[in-house]
Amino acid sequence: MPGKLKVKIVAGRHLPVMDRASDLTDAFVEVKFGNTTFKTDVYLKSLNPQWNSEWFKFEVDDEDLQDEPLQITVLDHDTYSANDAIGKVYIDIDPLLYSEAATVISGWFPIYDTIHGIRGEINVVVKVDLFNDLNRFRQSSCGVKFFCTTSIPKCYRAVIIHGFVEELVVNEDPEYQWIDRIRTPRASNEARQRLISLMSGELQRKIGLKVLEMRGNAVVGYLQCFDLEGESGLVVRAIGTACTLDKLSSPAAFLPACNSPSKEMKEIPFNEDPNPNTHSSGPSTPLKNQTYSFSPSKSYSRQSSSSDTDLSLTPKTGMGSGSAGKEGGPFKALLRQQTQSALEQREFPFFTLTAFPPGFLVHVGGVVSARSVKLLDRIHNPAFVGIMGNTRSYKLLDWNSFNSDEPETRDAWWAEIRQEIKSHAKALGCHAVVGYSESTSICEEVCILSASGTAAVLNPRFLQDGTVEGCLEQRLEENLPAGCGFCHIPYDELNMPFPAHLTYCYNCRKQKVPDVLFTTIDLPIDATVIGKGCLIQARLCRLKKKAQAEANATAISNLLPFMEYEVHTQLMNKLKLKGMNALFGLRIQITVGENMLMGLASATGVYLAALPTPGGIQIAGKTPNDGSYEQHISHMQKKINDTIAKNKELYEINPPEVSEEIIGSPIPEPRQRSRLLRSQSESSDEVTELDLSHGKKDAFVLEIDDTDAMEDVHSLLTDVPPPSGFYSCNTEIMPGINNWTSEIQMFTSVRVIRLSSLNLTNQALNKNFNDLCENLLKSLYFKLRSMIPCCLCHVNFTVSLPEDELIQVTVTAVAITFDKNQALQTTKTHVEKSLQRASTDNEELLQFPLELCSDSLPSHPFPPAKEHLESASSNSGIPAAQRAVTVEKASPMGEGNFRNRSAPPCANSTVGVVKMTPLSFIPGAKITKYLGIINMFFIRETTSLREEGGVSGFLHAFIAEVFAMVRAHVAALGGNAVVSYIMKQCVFMENPNKNQAQCLINVSGDAVVFVRESELEVVSTQQPTANCQPSCTGGEVTT
Amino acid sequence: MTSELDIFVGNTTLIDEDVYRLWLDGYSVSDAVALRVRSGILEQTGATAAVLQSDTMDHYRTFHMLERLLHAPPKLLHQLIFQIPPSRQALLIERWGYYAFDEAFVREVLGKKLSKGTKKDLDDISTKTGITLKSCRRQFDNFKRVFKVVEEMRGSLVDNIQQHFLLSDRLARDYAAIVFFANNRFETGKKKLQYLSFGDFAFCAELMIQNWTLGAVDSQVDDMDVDLDKEFLQDLKELKMLVADKDLLDLHKSLVCTALRGKLGVFSEMEANFKNLSRGLVNVAAKLTHNKDVRDLFVDLVEKFVEPCRSDHWPLNDVRLFLNQYSASVHSLDGFRHQALWDRYMGTLRGCLLRLYHD
Repeated sequence: MPGKLKVKIVAGRHLPVMDRASDLTDAFVEVKFGNTTFKTDVYLKSLNPQWNSEWFKFEVDDEDLQDEPLQITVLDHDTYSANDAIGKVYIDIDPLLYSEAATVISGWFPIYDTIHGIRGEINVVVKVDLFNDLNRFRQSSCGVKFFCTTSIPKCYRAVIIHGFVEELVVNEDPEYQWIDRIRTPRASNEARQRLISLMSGELQRKIGLKVLEMRGNAVVGYLQCFDLEGESGLVVRAIGTACTLDKLSSPAAFLPACNSPSKEMKEIPFNEDPNPNTHSSGPSTPLKNQTYSFSPSKSYSRQSSSSDTDLSLTPKTGMGSGSAGKEGGPFKALLRQQTQSALEQREFPFFTLTAFPPGFLVHVGGVVSARSVKLLDRIHNPAFVGIMGNTRSYKLLDWNSFNSDEPETRDAWWAEIRQEIKSHAKALGCHAVVGYSESTSICEEVCILSASGTAAVLNPRFLQDGTVEGCLEQRLEENLPAGCGFCHIPYDELNMPFPAHLTYCYNCRKQKVPDVLFTTIDLPIDATVIGKGCLIQARLCRLKKKAQAEANATAISNLLPFMEYEVHTQLMNKLKLKGMNALFGLRIQITVGENMLMGLASATGVYLAALPTPGGIQIAGKTPNDGSYEQHISHMQKKINDTIAKNKELYEINPPEVSEEIIGSPIPEPRQRSRLLRSQSESSDEVTELDLSHGKKDAFVLEIDDTDAMEDVHSLLTDVPPPSGFYSCNTEIMPGINNWTSEIQMFTSVRVIRLSSLNLTNQALNKNFNDLCENLLKSLYFKLRSMIPCCLCHVNFTVSLPEDELIQVTVTAVAITFDKNQALQTTKTHVEKSLQRASTDNEELLQFPLELCSDSLPSHPFPPAKEHLESASSNSGIPAAQRAVTVEKASPMGEGNFRNRSAPPCANSTVGVVKMTPLSFIPGAKITKYLGIINMFFIRETTSLREEGGVSGFLHAFIAEVFAMVRAHVAALGGNAVVSYIMKQCVFMENPNKNQAQCLINVSGDAVVFVRESELEVVSTQQPTANCQPSCTGGEVTT
Repeated sequence: MTSELDIFVGNTTLIDEDVYRLWLDGYSVSDAVALRVRSGILEQTGATAAVLQSDTMDHYRTFHMLERLLHAPPKLLHQLIFQIPPSRQALLIERWGYYAFDEAFVREVLGKKLSKGTKKDLDDISTKTGITLKSCRRQFDNFKRVFKVVEEMRGSLVDNIQQHFLLSDRLARDYAAIVFFANNRFETGKKKLQYLSFGDFAFCAELMIQNWTLGAVDSQVDDMDVDLDKEFLQDLKELKMLVADKDLLDLHKSLVCTALRGKLGVFSEMEANFKNLSRGLVNVAAKLTHNKDVRDLFVDLVEKFVEPCRSDHWPLNDVRLFLNQYSASVHSLDGFRHQALWDRYMGTLRGCLLRLYHD
């Protein structure tokens, strides 16, 4: 009995009138945890009852504490008939289970009913007393911290980044159980909500166990998703990155990694060659061969001492451009081996992180993705057949067992995809995949599983307890040129996995870079960017015949390669049109519907200084002799050239002119090539590889040979840039803007359009879809016009096809204002930029004991170019000084202050502001504490759709309610913001004829306490006992 | 391609002041869009009409959801569904005016029973005043809601309104006047009262609440500020002797005339009319025992005092001098014992008459 859960019901307010006669309510509360239920007294005739109950105590296992939600039901007492339920509150008590997070949950929670929405509020206090658990074989994983944030959380330091953790659980969906035919919609919805809550708890606990096994103490970049597979069940799956984190509470915490307490890193014999891929055969093999060719023999890899000598012997004559490429070789190889040794212990060297501690990311190969079409089999469940007699109880007792083999099936599916991703990464000469994510799209019994990430070479320092390699790493790091290192190709120039075009890095002039770089990660902090970035989207629809089962799956698999190809071409063209050369945060979503497939790719385009200037777009006609046609073509060409020029001006892209001599090799004519390696596989395990480089053709040339191509060119030009004062990106921060002011506005916007079913063509469909997205963006710009100058960050589009002719687009983003005056100084040098970053992100930089070893290192035989040396030194040195100052300031804000959190808010205090943002930070503020993850699932249903304002009124109210419930939970934990907020699912179904609608929403994020930087300074001058309670900070005004 | 669903939900509820006003004024979405287009917003922002339509719909939906909360403003402060910074909450209620009302509208319903019957007349009022029916309904419902809440409440009327509806002092006073008039059903719609503004009536209401209600003598009773002090109204009959007793009337006249001789431009007219005016004022007091006559208070005051003076072209200052002297002289009437009663009556009436005396 390792835990005691204590709950007190204080009061209610704004309850609905349940007794029409008196216009009042006789309310009481049931508090349920596991199988134990307590009740409060009935508070007669009041809409604002004051129960002031005793402490209800539950004595429970910590396993249950992790799995079960606390369930609070408010009811209206009725003497003569059954008591009416007013609504429920589910409280996830997980945040109380680890010591650093919240100590008490206390506050007003909206009382939620799946049919009526929010009906009043209830004030609840929850505490947990945990006893030390001495059981070594425990099933719980209390104490493992979870973060949705896809970077190392701000007030922590990563000691070790262990790597990928994944888990999934499967259950039958209550909505499809036989009992659903006889129970009320409310009961059905509540069963579903409760089940998903239980499954999430279980999943989190299981992931936690895996993390403990890896000797980690936290999961970062935790992403949990639901697959509503309909009759075949409900899958809850999660991925994340296991880490060992240290809290940065005192200056003592930033000692080098060597001092980390966890030395007992598990030694796994690395004989495990990944299972031979039975599924991926044929076309992908050559790639794999190449891969192996440049990862040197394995016997060599673990011997770091010999590598060391190797390094010192390496001739570094590298100023001459010719030998530069070779020079990079040994380093790369060395690095690769080291990383490999750390990574090969893992089945999947994947990281869900999108932003990394400086130095972690060495090289980026490009985007790797894999998709697979699967058929969801109906569960052959004997109990499904009969509703009568024995089967009923049999089924209720036992239905879990029917699914016992289900997780394995799903696990195998995902394992297959992950293997593919891994092999793609290898083909790119990379040992790891970063910015990794997985998703599904389900329509009837067809399911597309997708996974994507960015192949990368990582610095092994963080991957294991690196005491031995410490010095070596330092040295390696010193050799990495600032701001361009990650762009350098990780693969072998002579054995390129695909036809690519390389030039010498425009920054350091020593190593090879590709001409275009696609990634799924955020822009690295130290990357040198010219001008600003912008949101780039590729949108595509493909009609598909309606079909059943196998035929349907085959049809989809056949379409997928074409979709990918076109999406990719569109992205590339739009990138060129913007005059940029790299994409970050790339997310390609393929959605399957009854009669169509939709592809939506979003990314943030930037101009990386290290990469060559992109060439223009040439268009060519097929019939060169026709005069008027020629004229038309040249007209189009002019338009395109004008657009490029305009965009360059708009995004302030003015790279310094480089003469060819400096580069030393002719700049060859640009050619498109793809960093995108992907494959589709269908259930039959057939794999196709795409050559996205357009063969030998110069890909900048768009051939206008039919109306289709014409449309394409037109659609390129129809994308309207945002109105002046607006910028948008789908990454964490906007490249080129770094002077954020504190005003933020997170929002969700949903649009559903109905296509006219008559003569739908691919073109018409494309146009509709394009207009839908463009209009949505225009609406956003208009709505947020009062925030100008501002930037829409983390713009996240989700497409779904709820019915035959319906397209639903959901957008969540945050608008952040910035200081225009400073923003105009676009000519900020790299150093300045890094300084600015340092002051805002200093805690992140704290993790790096850069200077500590540098003295002991032998000086460089051949220092890199001077400018880089300068920038490198300022990178490490100046922020370090700043660092110390800020940390001193920050120290009074440690644990102590927040322990005396204010008592439960009194009944007449107004509601504190809780900020929500999809970003991992809050501009102008410092996150001082993470309180735990918020992971909530809600269902709302109505049978009076018209009365609730139609579909728009219904969904508008529901989303507002979801926000309210998230805020209430955060406030009750003592927090004043949610960071890394994401709406993972918004499934909307309507039946206007029956006046009904249903919606399911799943959201998550990290509850945090933040302090304004201005307040922080004030506090720091006071005594440590200064009472700066989080509740005070909640009061500031946002618009 | 038709839009089935189109929503925008911000973590902080977005409220566009202009659209809020249009909504309060009762315009339909399409009218509001048309008005916004006319305001030139499309040119300023480069938006399209479709964008404007979607934006307006969104705001209207938000306002519709907020309306339930605006009915009980303290709820707006404590509710969790809409995150609205406190400064904006105040704007919604007061300055941008959910509880603001149109002068033209309030004049139409002032003193009328806030019942379904009156609500049916809103159509006519809307036609007459040019205020949209929706807006009329909102204003009427506001009056009624405030009335219902504070009707039977203990304590100061203005304070109660302020506390329960979070209105500013100024607006709370106006609502107090509306509630007071509705409760006592004062007639304000007669043709001869048309020249009076809501401000005139509100001014009188405030004086009457301060001096003539139960609350003026005892602050611990229910309905204290809403109902007139019945005992006081009964006692007013005693004043009748001022005009019924001929000696007293003559003495009163001579005292006033002596004091005002040479100070009044309209002295002769005053002297000639003194008895009529005095009879008028005292009879109004004596009649106040009957509910019907209470309702006609303002009609009587205008008929019996304002109109006669106005027809003789009394300047306002002369009216003031006269009323002051008229009230004060009673203290010198030895035979008259109801000095306190007279002051309570005349003090308020003097203030009211001076406010009512204009063209």
